[in-house]
Amino acid sequence: MRKSEHPLLNISLKKSPTGIQGFDEITAGGLPAGRPTLVCGSAGCGKTLFGIEFLVRGATLYNEPGVFMSFEETNDELIMNVASLGFDLEDLIKHKKIALDHVHIERSEIEETGEYDLEGLFIRLGYAIDSIGAKRVVLDTIESLFAGLPNQLILRAELRRLFHWLKEKGVTAIITGERGEETLTRQGLEEYVSDCVIMLDHRVTEQTSTRRLRVVKYRGSLHGTNEYPFLIDETGFSVLPVTSLGLEHKVSNERISSGITELDKMLEGKGYYRGSTVLVSGTAGVGKTSMAAHFAEAACKRGERVLYFCFEESPSQLMRNMRSIGINLEPWVHKGLLQFQATRPTFYGLEMHLAVTHKAVNAFKPEIVIMDPINTFILGDTENEVKSMLMRIVDFLKGNQITALFTSLTSSESALESSDVGISSLIDTWLLLRDIELNGERNRGMYVLKSRGMANSNQIREFILTDTGVKLREVYVGAGGVLTGSARIAQEAYENAGLLRRKQDIERKRREMERKRKVMEARVAALHAEFKSQESEALKNLEAEQEIIRLQKGNEIEMAASRKSVAEKRKTKKHTKP
Amino acid sequence: MKKKKEETKKTTASFDEAMPGLHEGRYILRLFITGTTTKSVLALTNLKKICEEYLEGRYELEVIDLYQNPGLAKDEQIIAAPTLIKKLPLPFRRIIGDMSDIEKVLMGLEIKKL
Repeated sequence: MRKSEHPLLNISLKKSPTGIQGFDEITAGGLPAGRPTLVCGSAGCGKTLFGIEFLVRGATLYNEPGVFMSFEETNDELIMNVASLGFDLEDLIKHKKIALDHVHIERSEIEETGEYDLEGLFIRLGYAIDSIGAKRVVLDTIESLFAGLPNQLILRAELRRLFHWLKEKGVTAIITGERGEETLTRQGLEEYVSDCVIMLDHRVTEQTSTRRLRVVKYRGSLHGTNEYPFLIDETGFSVLPVTSLGLEHKVSNERISSGITELDKMLEGKGYYRGSTVLVSGTAGVGKTSMAAHFAEAACKRGERVLYFCFEESPSQLMRNMRSIGINLEPWVHKGLLQFQATRPTFYGLEMHLAVTHKAVNAFKPEIVIMDPINTFILGDTENEVKSMLMRIVDFLKGNQITALFTSLTSSESALESSDVGISSLIDTWLLLRDIELNGERNRGMYVLKSRGMANSNQIREFILTDTGVKLREVYVGAGGVLTGSARIAQEAYENAGLLRRKQDIERKRREMERKRKVMEARVAALHAEFKSQESEALKNLEAEQEIIRLQKGNEIEMAASRKSVAEKRKTKKHTKP
Repeated sequence: MKKKKEETKKTTASFDEAMPGLHEGRYILRLFITGTTTKSVLALTNLKKICEEYLEGRYELEVIDLYQNPGLAKDEQIIAAPTLIKKLPLPFRRIIGDMSDIEKVLMGLEIKKL
């Protein structure tokens, strides 16, 4: 950032973009404009193609016509060779975008008779440049001149002149050269072309080949100094600037589901962070791929794009297997949301895998990348290299906010926590699947070993594969350890029985109460009835008594009436007496 | 492609024309020079001298200035200058340089034995 403030940088070197994927990134803009660049390398490393693509891209993307002067292949051969890479040279020639000139030198036809120069070549090249207004020139491979012309002194002097002349012409030139024993090129061309030197390499280690590119020298410009892997495929040349990544990627707070509800619950109920790296490790057959498939399916359901690298199974086999646990991935493939990339790890070298990954990701632009499994890379390669490759993949994916899920197979002898590839430190969320052998059974258990930036559950869950996908069950922890499988089921049954018994107990007690209440009520009713009957009896008696009393009174009055005088007498007597 | 065919035709035609000349040892020569550089001038002088001396009356020399006809450099596969092309008699030969090494010029023209 200080760079841009620097006053001198405003007058920095003008660059001519090559249009070659990735190359312009590592050279911060392309080749030095108006200067010659030396591209050297051994036979078959892609020098000619580099030159051709530089011209074709220049003509098609940047409107800069170019001249290709070939000292080896004839024009027809060249046109045919690059047609396989999708370049239609004939059409470009017709539209005066590219001019081809095949320089044929036959040593046996030539007799040297004194002083000469290469003015003929200059005129030829100049004529070709002027005829189409070329801004770019490729000389492939000018060293062939050394075989055709015996006088080396003249040749060297003339080459020096040629490169000066090219600079004066202001064309951006590529000069290719065969790699020498101790020098960069067999004839020491680097002596003359010293502004920019690019080395291509094609190495075979452990029977796998990797193409690499390195900017050896670039006067007046910053450039990546590493060896970068590159690919030559049906779309041409692509350099992968993967090593230039840093730790500056943005982070997201968005959470995405793992596709397994119970697992989401273990991760604060929300799942993984977007852009994080998830590792699912475990021994063979514990269901790593199933977890990956769940994740892929969930992402596709959200309408996200998933790129699935499978290194051990073919896509159709994987889809068939996943169908057995109720995950149907096929529709997503048809919809274009899911793409499989199936290659054997041994198919090419690590760098190339990295390159392929890079390219596939750039082309498909997925939100999620799954690599299943990553540790098959270890075949034949040292762990360090694998680690550095994975680190670059992780960096690259993180830089693009792509959520990555890797699976890793741990051998049963090694410690479970040590992932073979030793990338644990790169991982944000690590899920460990393990088999639990108990009571003559092998069951699966899963726990979250770590999960950066969230309060994850510390429980070991039992991991069950059902027709409807992965289910996570709570496991029973008892005196005998963790209970899984049938032991868990037995425990569940036992607990269920207990529960039932208790329920029955309650029911029984309730019935007892009811019965008692009914007895009580019946008694109350009986007492009530008894009381009623007694009461009515008593009332009847009372009435009878009263009747008797009334009747007696009536009798008395009658008697009194009949004995009136007596009574009155008695009354007067009583009055008179005192 | 078309050009090539025409060229072939031309060559064939000139070959047929030259057929009688071939038996007579007739020479068809083309000298490509680059303007009036020392080497060009020297080559022309040397060649004329050699032709007069060894091929008098049985040669055709065409001198072409590449600066005037730059397109010819490609068609005739010229890289060095000056270049003398011996079209006939066969075999086809290129003699490059300022022709100061007369021995070599004669060897290239295959007229040493005469």
